[in-house]
Amino acid sequence: MATRTRARRRARADATPAAAPRQGPPPILELRSATVIYPGGHIGLERASLEVTRGEFTFLVGPTGCGKSTFIKTLIREVEPAEGQVLIAGRDIATLPAKRIPYLRRRVGTVFQDFKLLPNRNVYDNVAYALQVIGASRSEIRSMVPETLRLVGLSTKIHSYPDELSGGEQQRVSVARAFVNHPPLLLADEPTGNLDPVTSIGIMQLLYRINRTGTTVLVATHDREMVDKMRRRVVRLEEGRIISDEAAGMYAQDESTTEFAVRMRAEMGVGAEGHTNGEDH
Amino acid sequence: MSRLGFFLKEALRALRRSAAPSIAAIVTIVVTVLLLGVLVPVLQTTQGKTEEVRDQLLLKVFGGEEATDKEVKGLQGRIERIPHVRKVEFVSKQQGLKILKERLGDDTITQELHRNPLPAAFNVFPDDADNLEAIRNDLEPPNSKGEPEPFSPIIADVEDSREEASKIRAVTGAIKIVLLAITGLLLVASLGLVGNTIRLSIYARRREVEVMSLVGATRWFVRWPFIIEGLVVGLLGAGTAVFILWLGKVTIVDPLSDRFALVAAQNTIDFLPLVAILIASAMAVSALGSGITLRRFLQV
Repeated sequence: MATRTRARRRARADATPAAAPRQGPPPILELRSATVIYPGGHIGLERASLEVTRGEFTFLVGPTGCGKSTFIKTLIREVEPAEGQVLIAGRDIATLPAKRIPYLRRRVGTVFQDFKLLPNRNVYDNVAYALQVIGASRSEIRSMVPETLRLVGLSTKIHSYPDELSGGEQQRVSVARAFVNHPPLLLADEPTGNLDPVTSIGIMQLLYRINRTGTTVLVATHDREMVDKMRRRVVRLEEGRIISDEAAGMYAQDESTTEFAVRMRAEMGVGAEGHTNGEDH
Repeated sequence: MSRLGFFLKEALRALRRSAAPSIAAIVTIVVTVLLLGVLVPVLQTTQGKTEEVRDQLLLKVFGGEEATDKEVKGLQGRIERIPHVRKVEFVSKQQGLKILKERLGDDTITQELHRNPLPAAFNVFPDDADNLEAIRNDLEPPNSKGEPEPFSPIIADVEDSREEASKIRAVTGAIKIVLLAITGLLLVASLGLVGNTIRLSIYARRREVEVMSLVGATRWFVRWPFIIEGLVVGLLGAGTAVFILWLGKVTIVDPLSDRFALVAAQNTIDFLPLVAILIASAMAVSALGSGITLRRFLQV
Protein backbone atom coordinates (compact mmCIF):
# COMPACT_ATOMS: atom_id res chain seq x y z
CA MET A 1 0.00 0.00 0.00
CA ALA A 2 2.68 2.47 1.10
CA THR A 3 5.01 1.56 -1.74
CA ARG A 4 2.23 1.76 -4.25
CA THR A 5 1.22 5.27 -3.27
CA ARG A 6 4.82 6.37 -3.22
CA ALA A 7 5.31 5.00 -6.70
CA ARG A 8 2.20 6.78 -7.88
CA ARG A 9 3.35 10.01 -6.36
CA ARG A 10 6.68 9.70 -8.09
CA ALA A 11 5.00 8.94 -11.38
CA ARG A 12 2.82 12.00 -11.00
CA ALA A 13 5.79 14.21 -10.21
CA ASP A 14 7.64 12.93 -13.26
CA ALA A 15 4.66 13.56 -15.44
CA THR A 16 4.47 17.20 -14.42
CA PRO A 17 6.62 19.37 -16.64
CA ALA A 18 6.29 22.17 -14.09
CA ALA A 19 8.52 20.25 -11.72
CA ALA A 20 12.02 21.44 -12.39
CA PRO A 21 14.67 18.74 -12.52
CA ARG A 22 16.07 18.37 -9.05
CA GLN A 23 17.83 15.91 -6.83
CA GLY A 24 15.58 13.64 -4.77
CA PRO A 25 11.82 13.91 -4.37
CA PRO A 26 10.07 17.24 -4.90
CA PRO A 27 9.07 19.27 -1.84
CA ILE A 28 5.81 18.08 -0.33
CA LEU A 29 4.35 21.51 -0.84
CA GLU A 30 5.49 24.45 -2.84
CA LEU A 31 4.00 27.83 -3.64
CA ARG A 32 5.38 29.70 -6.61
CA SER A 33 4.53 33.36 -6.51
CA ALA A 34 0.91 32.52 -5.64
CA THR A 35 -1.51 35.44 -5.56
CA VAL A 36 -5.07 35.10 -4.30
CA ILE A 37 -7.55 37.88 -4.86
CA TYR A 38 -10.99 37.53 -3.31
CA PRO A 39 -14.09 38.80 -5.08
CA GLY A 40 -14.29 42.46 -4.16
CA GLY A 41 -10.57 42.97 -4.62
CA HIS A 42 -9.33 41.96 -1.19
CA ILE A 43 -5.92 40.37 -1.52
CA GLY A 44 -5.56 37.07 0.35
CA LEU A 45 -2.04 36.22 -0.74
CA GLU A 46 0.44 38.25 -2.71
CA ARG A 47 3.24 36.58 -4.66
CA ALA A 48 3.83 34.06 -1.90
CA SER A 49 6.61 31.57 -2.57
CA LEU A 50 7.49 28.81 -0.18
CA GLU A 51 8.90 25.32 -0.16
CA VAL A 52 8.34 22.77 2.57
CA THR A 53 10.30 19.55 2.42
CA ARG A 54 9.02 16.21 3.58
CA GLY A 55 8.98 15.65 7.30
CA GLU A 56 9.26 19.31 8.24
CA PHE A 57 7.32 21.00 11.06
CA THR A 58 6.54 24.53 9.95
CA PHE A 59 4.65 27.39 11.57
CA LEU A 60 2.77 29.97 9.62
CA VAL A 61 2.34 33.04 11.81
CA GLY A 62 0.94 36.52 11.57
CA PRO A 63 -1.91 38.67 12.83
CA THR A 64 -5.54 37.86 12.08
CA GLY A 65 -6.37 38.55 8.44
CA CYS A 66 -2.79 38.22 7.23
CA GLY A 67 -3.60 35.37 4.88
CA LYS A 68 -2.85 32.30 6.99
CA SER A 69 -6.20 30.68 6.35
CA THR A 70 -6.05 31.62 2.68
CA PHE A 71 -2.67 29.93 2.52
CA ILE A 72 -4.09 26.74 4.03
CA LYS A 73 -7.15 26.85 1.76
CA THR A 74 -5.06 27.14 -1.40
CA LEU A 75 -3.34 23.88 -0.45
CA ILE A 76 -6.59 21.91 -0.60
CA ARG A 77 -7.91 23.98 -3.48
CA GLU A 78 -10.73 25.50 -1.56
CA VAL A 79 -9.35 28.75 -2.89
CA GLU A 80 -7.59 28.99 -6.23
CA PRO A 81 -4.77 31.45 -6.85
CA ALA A 82 -5.30 34.01 -9.59
CA GLU A 83 -1.62 33.86 -10.41
CA GLY A 84 1.24 31.57 -9.58
CA GLN A 85 1.21 27.89 -8.77
CA VAL A 86 0.52 25.61 -5.85
CA LEU A 87 2.31 22.28 -6.01
CA ILE A 88 1.63 19.35 -3.75
CA ALA A 89 4.24 16.60 -4.01
CA GLY A 90 5.54 18.24 -7.16
CA ARG A 91 2.18 18.42 -8.92
CA ASP A 92 0.46 21.68 -9.81
CA ILE A 93 -2.95 21.20 -8.22
CA ALA A 94 -4.55 23.74 -10.57
CA THR A 95 -4.16 21.08 -13.29
CA LEU A 96 -6.21 18.56 -11.34
CA PRO A 97 -9.67 18.05 -12.77
CA ALA A 98 -12.40 18.98 -10.28
CA LYS A 99 -13.24 15.30 -9.96
CA ARG A 100 -9.77 14.59 -8.55
CA ILE A 101 -9.92 17.20 -5.78
CA PRO A 102 -11.40 14.75 -3.26
CA TYR A 103 -8.40 12.52 -3.85
CA LEU A 104 -6.06 15.44 -3.18
CA ARG A 105 -7.88 16.07 0.09
CA ARG A 106 -7.44 12.47 1.13
CA ARG A 107 -3.67 13.00 0.93
CA VAL A 108 -3.85 16.17 3.01
CA GLY A 109 -5.26 16.06 6.54
CA THR A 110 -6.81 19.28 7.85
CA VAL A 111 -7.51 20.51 11.38
CA PHE A 112 -9.45 23.68 12.15
CA GLN A 113 -9.91 26.03 15.06
CA ASP A 114 -13.60 25.11 15.36
CA PHE A 115 -12.89 21.34 15.16
CA LYS A 116 -15.69 20.70 12.60
CA LEU A 117 -16.83 17.53 14.37
CA LEU A 118 -20.21 16.03 13.64
CA PRO A 119 -22.19 16.57 16.85
CA ASN A 120 -24.49 13.58 16.41
CA ARG A 121 -21.69 11.02 16.18
CA ASN A 122 -19.48 9.75 18.93
CA VAL A 123 -15.69 9.96 18.92
CA TYR A 124 -15.22 6.63 17.21
CA ASP A 125 -17.74 7.39 14.46
CA ASN A 126 -16.33 10.87 13.85
CA VAL A 127 -12.91 9.38 13.18
CA ALA A 128 -14.26 6.36 11.30
CA TYR A 129 -16.23 8.74 9.08
CA ALA A 130 -13.04 9.93 7.37
CA LEU A 131 -12.28 6.32 6.47
CA GLN A 132 -15.84 5.42 5.42
CA VAL A 133 -15.87 8.40 3.10
CA ILE A 134 -12.78 7.19 1.25
CA GLY A 135 -14.21 3.69 0.97
CA ALA A 136 -12.05 1.87 3.52
CA SER A 137 -13.06 -1.66 4.37
CA ARG A 138 -14.68 -2.50 7.68
CA SER A 139 -11.60 -4.35 8.92
CA GLU A 140 -9.34 -1.42 8.06
CA ILE A 141 -11.63 0.90 9.97
CA ARG A 142 -11.73 -1.48 12.92
CA SER A 143 -7.97 -1.53 13.20
CA MET A 144 -7.05 2.02 12.24
CA VAL A 145 -9.56 3.99 14.31
CA PRO A 146 -8.61 2.58 17.74
CA GLU A 147 -4.94 2.85 16.82
CA THR A 148 -5.29 6.54 15.96
CA LEU A 149 -7.41 7.24 19.03
CA ARG A 150 -4.65 5.65 21.12
CA LEU A 151 -2.13 7.93 19.45
CA VAL A 152 -4.11 11.07 20.36
CA GLY A 153 -4.82 9.78 23.86
CA LEU A 154 -8.57 9.31 23.63
CA SER A 155 -8.84 5.54 23.97
CA THR A 156 -11.10 5.93 26.98
CA LYS A 157 -13.50 8.36 25.32
CA ILE A 158 -14.41 6.28 22.30
CA HIS A 159 -18.14 6.39 22.98
CA SER A 160 -18.38 10.01 24.09
CA TYR A 161 -20.14 12.60 21.95
CA PRO A 162 -18.41 15.87 21.07
CA ASP A 163 -20.52 17.92 23.50
CA GLU A 164 -19.33 15.68 26.33
CA LEU A 165 -15.70 16.48 25.60
CA SER A 166 -13.51 19.43 26.55
CA GLY A 167 -12.17 21.72 23.85
CA GLY A 168 -8.79 20.04 23.95
CA GLU A 169 -10.34 16.62 23.59
CA GLN A 170 -12.49 17.76 20.70
CA GLN A 171 -9.41 19.08 18.95
CA ARG A 172 -7.73 15.72 19.53
CA VAL A 173 -10.64 13.99 17.84
CA SER A 174 -10.30 16.40 14.95
CA VAL A 175 -6.57 15.66 14.71
CA ALA A 176 -7.31 11.95 14.83
CA ARG A 177 -9.79 12.33 11.98
CA ALA A 178 -7.25 14.26 9.91
CA PHE A 179 -4.53 11.71 10.57
CA VAL A 180 -6.42 8.42 10.56
CA ASN A 181 -5.58 7.58 6.94
CA HIS A 182 -1.97 8.69 7.45
CA PRO A 183 -1.76 11.53 4.95
CA PRO A 184 1.76 12.67 4.06
CA LEU A 185 0.76 16.26 4.82
CA LEU A 186 -1.21 17.61 7.79
CA LEU A 187 -2.48 21.18 7.82
CA ALA A 188 -3.72 22.85 11.00
CA ASP A 189 -5.45 26.23 10.89
CA GLU A 190 -5.32 27.82 14.36
CA PRO A 191 -5.60 24.44 16.09
CA THR A 192 -5.13 26.04 19.51
CA GLY A 193 -7.11 29.19 18.82
CA ASN A 194 -9.89 28.19 21.21
CA LEU A 195 -7.74 26.52 23.84
CA ASP A 196 -5.88 27.59 26.95
CA PRO A 197 -2.05 27.40 27.07
CA VAL A 198 -1.87 24.10 28.94
CA THR A 199 -4.25 22.40 26.57
CA SER A 200 -2.51 24.03 23.62
CA ILE A 201 0.79 22.46 24.62
CA GLY A 202 -0.94 19.10 24.63
CA ILE A 203 -2.20 19.65 21.08
CA MET A 204 1.20 20.86 19.91
CA GLN A 205 2.80 17.83 21.49
CA LEU A 206 0.35 15.68 19.59
CA LEU A 207 1.11 17.42 16.29
CA TYR A 208 4.79 16.99 17.02
CA ARG A 209 4.24 13.31 17.68
CA ILE A 210 2.49 13.01 14.32
CA ASN A 211 5.35 14.90 12.70
CA ARG A 212 7.76 12.37 14.20
CA THR A 213 6.00 9.59 12.28
CA GLY A 214 7.23 11.26 9.10
CA THR A 215 4.19 13.40 8.30
CA THR A 216 4.87 16.95 7.21
CA VAL A 217 3.00 19.35 9.50
CA LEU A 218 2.08 22.94 8.73
CA VAL A 219 0.47 24.92 11.55
CA ALA A 220 -1.06 28.35 11.11
CA THR A 221 -1.32 30.28 14.36
CA HIS A 222 -1.20 33.75 15.85
CA ASP A 223 0.08 32.40 19.17
CA ARG A 224 3.50 33.99 18.97
CA GLU A 225 4.66 32.89 22.38
CA MET A 226 3.96 29.26 21.63
CA VAL A 227 5.75 29.48 18.31
CA ASP A 228 8.81 31.09 19.82
CA LYS A 229 9.06 28.36 22.39
CA MET A 230 8.57 25.57 19.89
CA ARG A 231 11.77 26.49 18.01
CA ARG A 232 10.68 25.26 14.65
CA ARG A 233 10.68 26.78 11.21
CA VAL A 234 8.56 29.92 11.25
CA VAL A 235 7.11 31.61 8.20
CA ARG A 236 5.70 35.07 8.88
CA LEU A 237 2.85 36.48 6.84
CA GLU A 238 1.66 40.05 6.77
CA GLU A 239 -1.06 41.40 4.52
CA GLY A 240 -0.74 38.38 2.29
CA ARG A 241 3.00 38.58 1.85
CA ILE A 242 5.67 36.33 3.32
CA ILE A 243 7.87 38.74 5.24
CA SER A 244 10.25 36.29 6.84
CA ASP A 245 11.13 32.61 6.83
CA GLU A 246 13.29 31.59 9.73
CA ALA A 247 14.53 28.09 9.32
CA ALA A 248 14.95 28.09 13.12
CA GLY A 249 18.01 26.00 13.66
CA MET A 250 17.63 26.38 17.37
CA TYR A 251 15.99 23.08 18.02
CA ALA A 252 17.49 19.69 18.53
CA GLN A 253 16.47 17.55 15.60
CA ASP A 254 15.98 14.43 17.64
CA GLU A 255 14.05 15.77 20.56
CA SER A 256 11.61 13.12 21.74
CA THR A 257 8.01 14.10 22.30
CA THR A 258 8.42 13.78 26.05
CA GLU A 259 11.50 15.97 26.07
CA PHE A 260 9.60 18.38 23.87
CA ALA A 261 6.67 18.58 26.25
CA VAL A 262 8.83 18.97 29.31
CA ARG A 263 10.78 21.78 27.69
CA MET A 264 7.63 23.49 26.42
CA ARG A 265 5.99 23.41 29.84
CA ALA A 266 9.09 24.73 31.47
CA GLU A 267 9.46 27.55 28.98
CA MET A 268 5.77 28.46 29.08
CA GLY A 269 5.86 28.45 32.86
CA VAL A 270 3.37 25.64 33.22
CA GLY A 271 3.92 22.93 35.81
CA ALA A 272 5.23 19.62 34.49
CA GLU A 273 2.47 17.89 36.40
CA GLY A 274 -0.19 19.85 34.50
CA HIS A 275 -2.91 18.10 32.56
CA THR A 276 -2.45 17.88 28.88
CA ASN A 277 -6.01 17.07 28.07
CA GLY A 278 -7.53 20.18 29.52
CA GLU A 279 -9.85 18.28 31.80
CA ASP A 280 -10.46 21.45 33.76
CA HIS A 281 -12.74 22.97 31.14
CA MET B 1 -21.90 -3.76 -0.86
CA SER B 2 -20.71 -2.36 2.44
CA ARG B 3 -20.82 1.02 0.73
CA LEU B 4 -24.49 0.63 -0.10
CA GLY B 5 -25.07 -0.29 3.53
CA PHE B 6 -23.23 2.85 4.57
CA PHE B 7 -25.38 5.01 2.28
CA LEU B 8 -28.58 3.42 3.56
CA LYS B 9 -27.53 3.86 7.16
CA GLU B 10 -26.58 7.48 6.57
CA ALA B 11 -29.87 8.23 4.81
CA LEU B 12 -31.98 6.65 7.57
CA ARG B 13 -29.95 8.38 10.26
CA ALA B 14 -30.57 11.70 8.53
CA LEU B 15 -34.29 11.00 8.23
CA ARG B 16 -34.59 10.18 11.90
CA ARG B 17 -32.64 13.19 12.99
CA SER B 18 -34.24 15.87 10.81
CA ALA B 19 -37.74 14.55 11.35
CA ALA B 20 -39.56 17.88 10.96
CA PRO B 21 -38.33 18.79 7.45
CA SER B 22 -38.70 15.17 6.39
CA ILE B 23 -42.32 15.10 7.52
CA ALA B 24 -42.95 18.40 5.77
CA ALA B 25 -41.56 16.94 2.56
CA ILE B 26 -43.63 13.78 2.98
CA VAL B 27 -46.83 15.78 3.55
CA THR B 28 -46.17 17.87 0.46
CA ILE B 29 -45.74 14.74 -1.60
CA VAL B 30 -48.89 13.19 -0.10
CA VAL B 31 -50.90 16.23 -1.18
CA THR B 32 -49.43 16.31 -4.67
CA VAL B 33 -49.92 12.62 -5.27
CA LEU B 34 -53.48 12.76 -3.91
CA LEU B 35 -54.32 15.55 -6.32
CA LEU B 36 -52.79 13.65 -9.20
CA GLY B 37 -54.47 10.44 -8.13
CA VAL B 38 -57.87 12.12 -8.17
CA LEU B 39 -57.40 14.33 -11.20
CA VAL B 40 -55.95 11.75 -13.57
CA PRO B 41 -59.01 9.44 -13.41
CA VAL B 42 -61.34 12.46 -13.51
CA LEU B 43 -59.66 13.70 -16.67
CA GLN B 44 -59.83 10.26 -18.18
CA THR B 45 -63.49 9.90 -17.25
CA THR B 46 -64.26 13.15 -19.01
CA GLN B 47 -62.47 11.87 -22.05
CA GLY B 48 -64.08 8.46 -21.84
CA LYS B 49 -67.57 9.89 -21.55
CA THR B 50 -67.02 12.03 -24.61
CA GLU B 51 -66.12 8.97 -26.60
CA GLU B 52 -69.18 7.16 -25.38
CA VAL B 53 -71.47 10.05 -26.13
CA ARG B 54 -70.28 10.07 -29.70
CA ASP B 55 -71.53 6.53 -30.14
CA GLN B 56 -74.80 7.20 -28.42
CA LEU B 57 -77.25 10.08 -28.35
CA LEU B 58 -78.93 9.46 -31.73
CA LEU B 59 -78.87 7.35 -34.82
CA LYS B 60 -79.17 8.54 -38.40
CA VAL B 61 -81.01 6.34 -40.84
CA PHE B 62 -80.30 7.14 -44.47
CA GLY B 63 -82.44 6.12 -47.37
CA GLY B 64 -80.90 4.86 -50.57
CA GLU B 65 -79.85 7.37 -53.23
CA GLU B 66 -82.63 6.42 -55.60
CA ALA B 67 -85.30 6.30 -52.88
CA THR B 68 -87.71 9.23 -52.99
CA ASP B 69 -88.74 11.29 -49.98
CA LYS B 70 -92.09 9.61 -50.03
CA GLU B 71 -90.71 6.08 -50.02
CA VAL B 72 -88.46 6.86 -47.13
CA LYS B 73 -91.08 8.74 -45.14
CA GLY B 74 -93.23 5.67 -45.39
CA LEU B 75 -90.87 3.89 -43.04
CA GLN B 76 -91.35 6.43 -40.24
CA GLY B 77 -94.21 4.59 -38.60
CA ARG B 78 -92.27 1.34 -38.57
CA ILE B 79 -89.24 2.96 -36.97
CA GLU B 80 -91.43 4.67 -34.40
CA ARG B 81 -92.77 1.30 -33.34
CA ILE B 82 -89.27 -0.01 -32.47
CA PRO B 83 -89.00 -0.28 -28.69
CA HIS B 84 -87.17 2.53 -26.82
CA VAL B 85 -87.50 4.98 -29.70
CA ARG B 86 -88.53 8.31 -28.21
CA LYS B 87 -88.78 10.41 -31.33
CA VAL B 88 -88.24 10.08 -35.07
CA GLU B 89 -87.44 13.12 -37.15
CA PHE B 90 -87.72 13.05 -40.94
CA VAL B 91 -85.11 14.98 -42.96
CA SER B 92 -86.09 15.31 -46.61
CA LYS B 93 -83.58 15.48 -49.45
CA GLN B 94 -84.24 19.22 -49.71
CA GLN B 95 -83.69 19.80 -45.99
CA GLY B 96 -80.53 17.73 -46.17
CA LEU B 97 -79.15 19.94 -48.93
CA LYS B 98 -80.04 23.05 -46.95
CA ILE B 99 -78.19 21.70 -43.92
CA LEU B 100 -75.19 20.87 -46.09
CA LYS B 101 -75.18 24.39 -47.57
CA GLU B 102 -75.33 25.91 -44.13
CA ARG B 103 -72.57 23.74 -42.89
CA LEU B 104 -70.27 24.44 -45.83
CA GLY B 105 -71.07 28.15 -45.81
CA ASP B 106 -70.27 28.08 -49.51
CA ASP B 107 -72.81 27.73 -52.31
CA THR B 108 -70.39 26.97 -55.13
CA ILE B 109 -70.13 23.27 -54.49
CA THR B 110 -73.86 22.72 -54.19
CA GLN B 111 -74.48 24.87 -57.28
CA GLU B 112 -72.29 22.60 -59.36
CA LEU B 113 -74.56 19.69 -58.58
CA HIS B 114 -77.06 18.85 -61.31
CA ARG B 115 -79.31 17.04 -58.93
CA ASN B 116 -79.60 16.55 -55.21
CA PRO B 117 -77.36 13.60 -54.31
CA LEU B 118 -78.38 13.60 -50.69
CA PRO B 119 -80.65 10.85 -49.45
CA ALA B 120 -83.65 11.44 -47.27
CA ALA B 121 -82.98 10.49 -43.69
CA PHE B 122 -84.36 9.97 -40.19
CA ASN B 123 -82.95 11.20 -36.93
CA VAL B 124 -83.83 8.52 -34.39
CA PHE B 125 -83.70 9.56 -30.74
CA PRO B 126 -83.65 6.87 -28.06
CA ASP B 127 -85.48 7.19 -24.75
CA ASP B 128 -82.18 6.44 -23.01
CA ALA B 129 -78.66 6.58 -24.37
CA ASP B 130 -78.12 3.04 -23.09
CA ASN B 131 -80.77 1.66 -25.46
CA LEU B 132 -79.16 2.86 -28.66
CA GLU B 133 -77.59 -0.47 -29.42
CA ALA B 134 -80.95 -2.20 -29.12
CA ILE B 135 -82.58 0.22 -31.54
CA ARG B 136 -79.76 -0.14 -33.96
CA ASN B 137 -80.11 -3.87 -33.75
CA ASP B 138 -83.78 -3.60 -34.65
CA LEU B 139 -83.01 -1.28 -37.56
CA GLU B 140 -80.29 -3.58 -38.84
CA PRO B 141 -81.03 -7.11 -37.66
CA PRO B 142 -78.25 -9.60 -38.46
CA ASN B 143 -78.76 -11.48 -41.70
CA SER B 144 -77.97 -15.11 -42.33
CA LYS B 145 -74.26 -14.36 -42.39
CA GLY B 146 -74.48 -12.60 -39.04
CA GLU B 147 -73.84 -9.21 -40.63
CA PRO B 148 -76.24 -6.36 -39.84
CA GLU B 149 -78.59 -5.61 -42.71
CA PRO B 150 -81.28 -2.89 -42.72
CA PHE B 151 -84.78 -4.26 -42.25
CA SER B 152 -85.88 -2.54 -45.46
CA PRO B 153 -84.05 -2.29 -48.81
CA ILE B 154 -84.98 1.39 -48.90
CA ILE B 155 -82.56 2.03 -46.03
CA ALA B 156 -79.00 2.33 -47.26
CA ASP B 157 -77.18 3.10 -44.04
CA VAL B 158 -77.49 3.65 -40.30
CA GLU B 159 -75.05 6.07 -38.71
CA ASP B 160 -74.15 7.51 -35.34
CA SER B 161 -74.50 11.20 -34.89
CA ARG B 162 -71.09 12.72 -34.92
CA GLU B 163 -72.26 16.27 -34.92
CA GLU B 164 -73.91 16.05 -31.54
CA ALA B 165 -70.96 14.21 -30.14
CA SER B 166 -68.57 16.86 -31.29
CA LYS B 167 -70.63 19.56 -29.59
CA ILE B 168 -70.51 17.66 -26.36
CA ARG B 169 -66.87 17.03 -26.90
CA ALA B 170 -66.29 20.75 -27.22
CA VAL B 171 -67.88 21.34 -23.85
CA THR B 172 -66.07 18.49 -22.11
CA GLY B 173 -62.90 19.60 -23.87
CA ALA B 174 -63.20 23.01 -22.27
CA ILE B 175 -63.72 21.40 -18.88
CA LYS B 176 -60.71 19.20 -19.53
CA ILE B 177 -58.51 22.17 -20.37
CA VAL B 178 -59.54 23.92 -17.17
CA LEU B 179 -58.83 20.78 -15.15
CA LEU B 180 -55.49 20.33 -16.88
CA ALA B 181 -54.53 23.92 -16.15
CA ILE B 182 -55.44 23.49 -12.49
CA THR B 183 -53.49 20.23 -12.32
CA GLY B 184 -50.51 21.87 -13.98
CA LEU B 185 -50.52 24.80 -11.57
CA LEU B 186 -50.87 22.49 -8.58
CA LEU B 187 -48.03 20.35 -9.85
CA VAL B 188 -45.74 23.33 -10.30
CA ALA B 189 -46.60 24.58 -6.83
CA SER B 190 -46.01 21.16 -5.29
CA LEU B 191 -42.71 20.72 -7.10
CA GLY B 192 -41.60 24.09 -5.78
CA LEU B 193 -42.64 23.07 -2.27
CA VAL B 194 -40.85 19.73 -2.48
CA GLY B 195 -37.72 21.40 -3.83
CA ASN B 196 -37.79 23.98 -1.07
CA THR B 197 -38.30 21.41 1.64
CA ILE B 198 -35.40 19.37 0.37
CA ARG B 199 -33.26 22.50 0.21
CA LEU B 200 -34.09 23.23 3.84
CA SER B 201 -33.16 19.74 4.94
CA ILE B 202 -29.87 19.92 3.08
CA TYR B 203 -29.16 23.37 4.46
CA ALA B 204 -29.64 21.96 7.93
CA ARG B 205 -26.92 19.46 7.13
CA ARG B 206 -24.48 21.69 5.27
CA ARG B 207 -21.94 21.12 8.01
CA GLU B 208 -21.99 17.41 7.34
CA VAL B 209 -21.53 18.07 3.65
CA GLU B 210 -18.65 20.40 4.46
CA VAL B 211 -16.93 17.78 6.60
CA MET B 212 -17.50 15.13 3.95
CA SER B 213 -15.86 17.14 1.22
CA LEU B 214 -13.10 18.14 3.64
CA VAL B 215 -12.06 14.56 4.30
CA GLY B 216 -12.10 13.78 0.62
CA ALA B 217 -15.55 12.40 -0.19
CA THR B 218 -16.30 12.40 -3.91
CA ARG B 219 -19.36 14.29 -5.06
CA TRP B 220 -21.33 11.17 -5.68
CA PHE B 221 -20.40 9.83 -2.29
CA VAL B 222 -21.86 12.95 -0.70
CA ARG B 223 -24.88 12.79 -2.95
CA TRP B 224 -26.02 9.19 -2.55
CA PRO B 225 -27.32 9.39 1.02
CA PHE B 226 -29.36 12.45 0.08
CA ILE B 227 -30.76 10.75 -3.01
CA ILE B 228 -31.67 7.66 -1.01
CA GLU B 229 -33.28 9.92 1.56
CA GLY B 230 -35.27 11.52 -1.27
CA LEU B 231 -36.32 8.10 -2.51
CA VAL B 232 -37.51 7.10 0.95
CA VAL B 233 -39.39 10.38 1.40
CA GLY B 234 -41.00 9.93 -2.01
CA LEU B 235 -41.95 6.36 -1.25
CA LEU B 236 -43.45 7.21 2.14
CA GLY B 237 -45.35 10.20 0.74
CA ALA B 238 -46.68 8.40 -2.30
CA GLY B 239 -47.48 5.31 -0.21
CA THR B 240 -49.56 7.35 2.21
CA ALA B 241 -51.35 9.11 -0.62
CA VAL B 242 -52.06 5.83 -2.40
CA PHE B 243 -53.48 4.36 0.80
CA ILE B 244 -55.83 7.35 1.12
CA LEU B 245 -56.79 7.01 -2.55
CA TRP B 246 -57.50 3.33 -2.07
CA LEU B 247 -59.67 4.09 0.97
CA GLY B 248 -61.56 6.66 -1.11
CA LYS B 249 -61.98 4.21 -3.97
CA VAL B 250 -63.29 1.43 -1.75
CA THR B 251 -65.61 3.55 0.41
CA ILE B 252 -66.88 6.17 -2.05
CA VAL B 253 -66.22 5.46 -5.71
CA ASP B 254 -66.90 1.73 -5.88
CA PRO B 255 -70.36 1.83 -4.21
CA LEU B 256 -71.36 4.78 -6.39
CA SER B 257 -70.21 3.15 -9.59
CA ASP B 258 -72.58 0.25 -8.90
CA ARG B 259 -75.49 2.63 -9.06
CA PHE B 260 -74.50 5.32 -11.54
CA ALA B 261 -73.20 4.57 -14.98
CA LEU B 262 -71.37 7.87 -15.15
CA VAL B 263 -69.21 7.08 -12.13
CA ALA B 264 -68.23 3.69 -13.45
CA ALA B 265 -65.29 4.92 -15.44
CA GLN B 266 -64.77 2.14 -17.93
CA ASN B 267 -62.07 3.94 -19.82
CA THR B 268 -59.94 5.12 -16.90
CA ILE B 269 -56.57 3.74 -15.98
CA ASP B 270 -56.59 0.72 -13.68
CA PHE B 271 -55.81 1.30 -10.05
CA LEU B 272 -52.56 -0.66 -10.00
CA PRO B 273 -50.77 1.03 -12.92
CA LEU B 274 -51.94 4.39 -11.56
CA VAL B 275 -50.43 3.56 -8.19
CA ALA B 276 -47.18 2.38 -9.76
CA ILE B 277 -46.84 5.51 -11.87
CA LEU B 278 -47.64 7.80 -8.93
CA ILE B 279 -45.14 6.15 -6.60
CA ALA B 280 -42.40 5.97 -9.22
CA SER B 281 -42.77 9.61 -10.22
CA ALA B 282 -42.92 10.80 -6.60
CA MET B 283 -39.71 8.92 -5.82
CA ALA B 284 -38.02 10.19 -8.96
CA VAL B 285 -39.01 13.79 -8.28
CA SER B 286 -37.79 13.83 -4.71
CA ALA B 287 -34.57 11.95 -5.47
CA LEU B 288 -33.78 14.23 -8.39
CA GLY B 289 -34.72 17.23 -6.27
CA SER B 290 -32.24 16.17 -3.60
CA GLY B 291 -29.47 15.51 -6.08
CA ILE B 292 -29.91 18.76 -7.96
CA THR B 293 -30.26 20.93 -4.87
CA LEU B 294 -27.08 19.45 -3.51
CA ARG B 295 -25.06 20.67 -6.47
CA ARG B 296 -25.05 24.15 -4.99
CA PHE B 297 -23.55 22.92 -1.73
CA LEU B 298 -20.89 20.90 -3.48
CA GLN B 299 -19.38 23.93 -5.19
CA VAL B 300 -16.98 24.42 -2.30
